[in-house]
Amino acid sequence: MRSVYVIGIGITSFTRLEYPLSEIAAYPAMMAMKDAGRKEIDHLYVANMGSGRVNHQTGLASAVVDTLSLTPAGAEAIENGPASGASAIKTGYMAVASGVHDVVMVTGAERMREVNNLEATEFVATLTHPLAEYIYGVTLPSLAAMFTRLYMEKYGVTERHLAMVAVKNQNNALKNEFAHLQQEISIEGILDSPEAMTNNPYVAEPLRFFDCCPVSDGGACVILASEEVARKVERPLVRLAGVGQATDTHAVHEREEPTDLLAVRRAAAKSFEMAGLAPSDVDVAELHDAFTILEIVESEEVGFFPKGEGHLALERGETAIGGTLPINPSGGLKGRGHPVGATGIAQAHEIVHQLRGDAGERQVKDAKVGFTCNFGGFGNNVVCLTFVRGN
Amino acid sequence: MSADLESILRPVDNPMPPFPAKHVTIASGEEMVIRQVTRDEIPDILPHVAPLIYVERDFYDVVAARVYSELLSYYRYRIQDAYVLVAQIDGELCAVVNGRMATPEVGMSLHTLAMRRGLRIGAHAFAAKMEYHMDIMGQQEVLIVAESPIGFRRWMIEYNLEKRFDVPHELGGVPSWALTKELFDRARATLVVGRRPVPEELLEKAHAAILPPSDPPTPPEDLLAATRSQYDSTGTALILQRWRQEGKV
Ligand SMILES: CC(C)(COP(=O)(O)OP(=O)(O)OC[C@H]1O[C@@H](n2cnc3c(N)ncnc32)[C@H](O)[C@@H]1OP(=O)(O)O)[C@@H](O)C(=O)NCCC(=O)NCCS
Repeated sequence: MRSVYVIGIGITSFTRLEYPLSEIAAYPAMMAMKDAGRKEIDHLYVANMGSGRVNHQTGLASAVVDTLSLTPAGAEAIENGPASGASAIKTGYMAVASGVHDVVMVTGAERMREVNNLEATEFVATLTHPLAEYIYGVTLPSLAAMFTRLYMEKYGVTERHLAMVAVKNQNNALKNEFAHLQQEISIEGILDSPEAMTNNPYVAEPLRFFDCCPVSDGGACVILASEEVARKVERPLVRLAGVGQATDTHAVHEREEPTDLLAVRRAAAKSFEMAGLAPSDVDVAELHDAFTILEIVESEEVGFFPKGEGHLALERGETAIGGTLPINPSGGLKGRGHPVGATGIAQAHEIVHQLRGDAGERQVKDAKVGFTCNFGGFGNNVVCLTFVRGN
Repeated sequence: MSADLESILRPVDNPMPPFPAKHVTIASGEEMVIRQVTRDEIPDILPHVAPLIYVERDFYDVVAARVYSELLSYYRYRIQDAYVLVAQIDGELCAVVNGRMATPEVGMSLHTLAMRRGLRIGAHAFAAKMEYHMDIMGQQEVLIVAESPIGFRRWMIEYNLEKRFDVPHELGGVPSWALTKELFDRARATLVVGRRPVPEELLEKAHAAILPPSDPPTPPEDLLAATRSQYDSTGTALILQRWRQEGKV
């Protein structure tokens, strides 16, 4: 297999974008071409979850390849729920590593704000088990809430820990001009003040408003290339060294131990094995914090901290920018926003910035190894990526 | 003929008790003061409402245009039994809410305009206005409408408002929703919060000046402008975008 490098990156603001979905996918792609200094692309993958349902548009890849004037390059869309982004990167990786293509563009986009929040929540809920979950009115916040309750009882995580993740990530987002949420929050305001329960009401107990990511529009892109091409690009080399994917039961209640996220554990292990690295080698990570609890649990399952101790590392400040292992310096899904199909690519976008050393105010000092975890379904289809600076 | 037309045109307000200022700690941890403004202060508010008339999202345009006209009418005595409350953080204007005493028993909620988003500032300001109608004026119900889906979520869903569709609302004659005393009492514990009296220092700062909103909603940028300009050697798209942001076109 050939080595695969990221030669160009681009992103839109994550917010409400009143543009056609294909433009939301095309804009970061053009930024990425500019970043890479090349317009020749062999193949395009477009990550998206809901265009058919939310935007009444199918065949998105054909629209995007044409918007970008990249025809006759091949193009297709990749859908893997909220992990569509990293799945598309994985597919792009295989195309370059196998020698089928030299330069592959992977762009992701979602326009969820076309519908109101209630419909957006309903749309995302369609990824749950249709007979065992969806028909009973399950939504992602409600599944996450049940999971959180179990986790709290078993491992001693408290609402304060959840609020600490929210504050850390939403305030990291203030350092990211592309992030959706640009409002500082504090533990006092969301947990301790007499008005905190109104500022931060329960959405699905024990999860509160600020424990949930916002509904966002947005797009992100990475361009992957072979070493031969990458060496000609005037950008610091960033190699996609490990790609791991794993699945778990579709319905959450079928899992032997519902507080274990086995797909995360396995996907991370595969990704590290392929990269020849260990969790302890990671300098910076972007984890899928659609709900604050997920950052804590994923930080354990990928191997950064022992099971049940993620919240203790959080308490010690280890996951803050400036800590020993900063998690979600971009703001994560919580602060940067979560346009589902674009999220996995936005995570990679952040890690490339970090490894290039140009992440500005949120730069993690001397980051050499970066890691992403993109969580599909409720942990039933997970893709983890490991990136390294240089070779 | 020297008839004093103004005395005919100018409505005579019925007495209304003042809204006692309160303060709320918002999600950022900052202290927000909600207080009633006097007519004299309206000219300090209008310039911060005007730019929102050009923000299409969330019906800011419709709401801001109506609020502008209602505030101006209040200032120039062309609306009866109206009041205006503002929310301020360190003097900064964060939200404007207004309404009317339609009859001694029935309140007419006019508008809620949040100028800083993401911190439930609008929701707190709306709750204060409901408190004014129910607890301070002692009314039986308030008639409410929403222009935007987020308004609908905040008022109709969060307060579980009752339909009063046979009553056209003053805003556009659309069917009304009602907050009754019972619904208000149910919402009291969770939605209607804040403390009184406001510490002297906070109140003084709020009265000292109505400062401009630091991060008001703005019209969206042209997403593709920067990229188009790459293919457009004259850079017209970028210049146009800047002009648009500066309000020149
Ligand atoms: C309706 C209105 C008053 C509500 O104000 P509010 O209670 O302060 O509401 P907020 O600004 O806190 O709520 C929306 C914001 O919450 C934030 N948010 C959403 N989900 C979030 C999450 N999970 N975590 C943190 N923040 C989140 C976002 O910033 C969102 O703004 P966005 O739509 O730009 O993404 C205000 O939106 C407004 O003035 N709208 C225009 C006029 C209008 O509609 N008035 C009412 C007429 S009836």
